[in-house]
Amino acid sequence: MSSPLLDVQNLRVSFPSPKGPVEVVKGISFTLGRERLGIVGESGSGKSMTGRSILKLIRSPGKVTADRMTFDGIDLLSQSEKQMRAIRGARISMVMQDPKFSLNPVMTVGEQIAEALVTHAKLPRREINDRVLSMLEAVRINDPARVAKLYPHEVSGGMGQRVMIAMMLIPEPDLLIADEPTSALDVSVQAQVLDIIDDLVVTKGMGLILISHDLNLVSHYCDRILVMNSGQVVEECIASELSQAKHPYTRGLLAAMPRIDETRDELPVLDRTAWAGT
Amino acid sequence: MQRQLTEIVWFVVTIAFTFLGLLAITFFIGRVVPIDPVLSVVGDRATPAVYEAARTAMGLDRPLPIQFISYVGDVLTGNFGKSVSTGRPVIEDLSRVFPATLEMATLGILIGVALGVPMGVVAASRQGSWVDQVIRVIGLLGYSVPAFWLGLVGLAIFYARLRWVGGPGRIDIYFDGLVPPVTGVLLIDSLISGDIDIFWNAVNHLILPAAVLGFFSLAYIARMTRSFMLDQLNQEYVTTARVKGVPERLVVWRHAFNPIRVPLITVIGLSYAGLLEGSVMIETIFSWPGIGNYLTVALLNADMNAVLGATLVIGAVFICINKLSDVLYRVLDPRAR
Repeated sequence: MSSPLLDVQNLRVSFPSPKGPVEVVKGISFTLGRERLGIVGESGSGKSMTGRSILKLIRSPGKVTADRMTFDGIDLLSQSEKQMRAIRGARISMVMQDPKFSLNPVMTVGEQIAEALVTHAKLPRREINDRVLSMLEAVRINDPARVAKLYPHEVSGGMGQRVMIAMMLIPEPDLLIADEPTSALDVSVQAQVLDIIDDLVVTKGMGLILISHDLNLVSHYCDRILVMNSGQVVEECIASELSQAKHPYTRGLLAAMPRIDETRDELPVLDRTAWAGT
Repeated sequence: MQRQLTEIVWFVVTIAFTFLGLLAITFFIGRVVPIDPVLSVVGDRATPAVYEAARTAMGLDRPLPIQFISYVGDVLTGNFGKSVSTGRPVIEDLSRVFPATLEMATLGILIGVALGVPMGVVAASRQGSWVDQVIRVIGLLGYSVPAFWLGLVGLAIFYARLRWVGGPGRIDIYFDGLVPPVTGVLLIDSLISGDIDIFWNAVNHLILPAAVLGFFSLAYIARMTRSFMLDQLNQEYVTTARVKGVPERLVVWRHAFNPIRVPLITVIGLSYAGLLEGSVMIETIFSWPGIGNYLTVALLNADMNAVLGATLVIGAVFICINKLSDVLYRVLDPRAR
């Protein structure tokens, strides 16, 4: 691996509060090639903030600092808002959590997908239409011409999320951040949506950051895993070696997962004193 | 097709029922208030015989339900009775005073929307900046400055001192009555008769009271727009638009503003209806022969036919504006179709 696609060193995100600034991401570092990186952690561990700060979408008064944050040789920290807009969508994109809230209720899904394309490239109308339809087909939507004319409230959650993926991948970015892309969906469609993401990411050779709280899911779809807890990376490992994790937090999480051939009467509770002070 | 037809029929039926309810309420309130319409006709020194005769002639001796039915019949045929104070049929008076209010209120709401909506949007998209502060102060002034004061100061500055606008009244005295009334709205009537001088004179008189009304609705509309927008700008789909790299101007206007058009219509509609009720303060200060003035004078003279007629018109305006915003909802919000 030559120079990495994304290189983040000592990233910190903080928000002011009456008692002084509160850090929600406390100096995390990682690099990413054209591979699939999973970030797992509980609610409030800073995993979503990490994703958003890469796109510089932390709204004021939130503050993002880092020793280094480069994407494909571009220093993200020194980019102006205008330069960031050229990167967002076109080069780094993000699949949001819940299609019920993340799709605009008064625009058809076709318009919203087309907008992602039109924002970054001037194309003839016919070509835009064709690309929207073929993108919808790529996310395995059966009748793209009909679906493109629907409004978000007329599609199901799983279909909405596939629309979201189509919208985020149509400008062909190099890096996709998927922020809990399936936690708002029924279990039955979760795998379907993740398979689509996985398939497109692998065939297009993109980098993927999959943010989730689901250890199983992340270890299944990713090459490497970062485990985050209260704003810090507590463990970094290869996905297939997750079961050999060393940090007590990761071990605790793994131990708390029920198995299908379970014989334990009671699942253990996380012992938070085990890693206090690390 | 079948469904649309049913919807239209249903739409008309609901309007009819709302209107009937309005008629019933105005009628019974009119009969319950301790004002004796007979006394205001015959005077308080009439003999009992004269009093009774007048009472019978006015149909007030019949049972209330019968009176109501004949009242509904009268209203439907456009007969609102005679006004005691002006001596003319109420319908004639109303067709004179309502267009005057309509003209002023419409220009007022146009000013309020044209300035208030962009101000609210800009304030919200730059929350906390000096622009936001200035707009909020303007909004606060609109809430706290009394209408009569602003009207008087406006007249003192722009009419008495600067001579930029016309004084009180709808038109200069030497133009009065020169234009044949077609719609009753002077701006339109003068254009119909092709008299540009009269048109500009009417504009001159209208601009100041309309601007004062516009300022008050601007304050309200800007404030509501700002709070709707603040709510929208925190929505996930606005973040989605930013993730796509959409320019901030489009994020604000396309993604945040478009969804608030529906609640804004309610705000604007109610605000417009409020102006159409006639602002008694503004109409008094600008000697504007509008419905607010007419209703006040009628009330003071116990002129019940005029009061009921004017109340009915105001109620009908509310019904129409409500129905109109219902229709606009369906056009603007795909979820309501």
